Amino acid sequence: MSDTELRRTPLHAVHRQLGGRMVPFAGYEMPVQYSGVVDEHRTVRSAVGLFDVSHMGEVEFRGPGASETVDRIVTNHVSRLDDGQACYTVMCKEDGGILDDLVVYKYSSERVLICVNAANRQKDVQWMKAFASAECAIEDTSETWAQIAVQGPKAAELVAQVTSPDPTGLSSYRFIEGSAEGAPALLARTGYTGEDGFELYVPAERAETVWGSLIERGAPLGVKPAGLGARDSLRLEMCFPLYGNDIDETTQPYEAGLGWVVKLKKPAEYPGKEALRTAKAEGSRRKLVPLELETGIARGGYPVVVDGQPAGRVTSGTKGPSVGRSIALAYVPATHSAAGSQVEIEIRGTVRPARVVERPFYRRPKPSVGA
Amino acid sequence: MEKHHPENLSYTKEHEWCRVDGDVATIGITWHAQDSLGDIVYCELPDAGEDVSAGQAFGVVESVKAVSDLYSPLTGTVTERNDAIIESPEGLNDDPYDDGWLIKVKIKDTSELDQLMTKQDYEKFIEESAE
Repeated sequence: MSDTELRRTPLHAVHRQLGGRMVPFAGYEMPVQYSGVVDEHRTVRSAVGLFDVSHMGEVEFRGPGASETVDRIVTNHVSRLDDGQACYTVMCKEDGGILDDLVVYKYSSERVLICVNAANRQKDVQWMKAFASAECAIEDTSETWAQIAVQGPKAAELVAQVTSPDPTGLSSYRFIEGSAEGAPALLARTGYTGEDGFELYVPAERAETVWGSLIERGAPLGVKPAGLGARDSLRLEMCFPLYGNDIDETTQPYEAGLGWVVKLKKPAEYPGKEALRTAKAEGSRRKLVPLELETGIARGGYPVVVDGQPAGRVTSGTKGPSVGRSIALAYVPATHSAAGSQVEIEIRGTVRPARVVERPFYRRPKPSVGA
Repeated sequence: MEKHHPENLSYTKEHEWCRVDGDVATIGITWHAQDSLGDIVYCELPDAGEDVSAGQAFGVVESVKAVSDLYSPLTGTVTERNDAIIESPEGLNDDPYDDGWLIKVKIKDTSELDQLMTKQDYEKFIEESAE
């Protein structure tokens, strides 16, 4: 795809103005960094960062059968959610391969919004629309929304200043309909960084106003814009999978450590349910595990070696800015997937030791007494 | 750090610089290279005694997000490597020219120096690459 065909988010001009370094990502021109990946990463861990995630797609389900329709598509149990509750889930093909990972927001049994990965949007919409019926209309509303993620320990303090009603009493994965700087907005306590935070879904044409206000009011809190680079290093320290790297159509939820979003007892039938039932009964032959290396940095695609033989592959890796260590996610044989197991990673022809560790790599420090 | 490509160095299209002193060249990466890479977190360099060849990869630098090969401007034998920068690779972002040098190489063929770019040529090359 040539640069001229890249899409732009409603915040494109703002990124340019803030000195964002723009790169192609999932068909969009997106900021990979502003002040620097490590600085932005640390800002999100210690204060608050703003991410433009408007490239993410939104698909809306409306009608008396909305939440039941979603339950015939995804693996998690959406009808069981409270109104105003969200969940993480995957949707699978018949063979159990993951078509996409999603966040599902249930307004009510008659209205559900699904946030999809930008790169999968067309494929997802086409797949989902096959489930439309007289009881449920399905519409891709991605172009109408901008999405701003406000993430970090000071996110609540900042978001409270620009939203109404105050959403900071919400628990994790709860949301309300309200407003941000006067614009109608979905205010959700969700995110992809491992920090407290919110995702604000606002009308595309109001994105600049909301973003500008967050930057201005956030200044005393140390707010900074953060790009895709920090988003990736933050999620990796939490072992959150990234679609296209750690999970895709050739990987299944159980082996990817996502068995917790697969509800086999849910009454609704959905694509992949039988394959996943079988996969669970048989057990996974390989598993996606967190690894630490003493030397070198493992990167996506590097071979995992066990007993001198290729035995898997690295799917993501970096030096984690908050953990200060070389970390990776990799598919390894189930026999070597327990924490403490030793494997090797081939890095540019040299085999280096790696140790399976507990997830996540990073844990939020507990607030100290009196703080 | 502000954009800076010193006059007295020679440059490659792969964004390395070299500084020649007698028959030894000190090699590093340019301001532009470290700026493009972003935060550098890892650096792998050859030991003293290893041979490097002009235009061939001799090591890597890695940022949080990517791996980049290092290409030697010249053919020769490594006489010294900068272990301090392996310990603290973020030094490449702070100072790619002095503290951030990578290796010193005993030059085998000084005529290879003619293939390298001046500061002016290098900055023109960067501008044209960006278009």
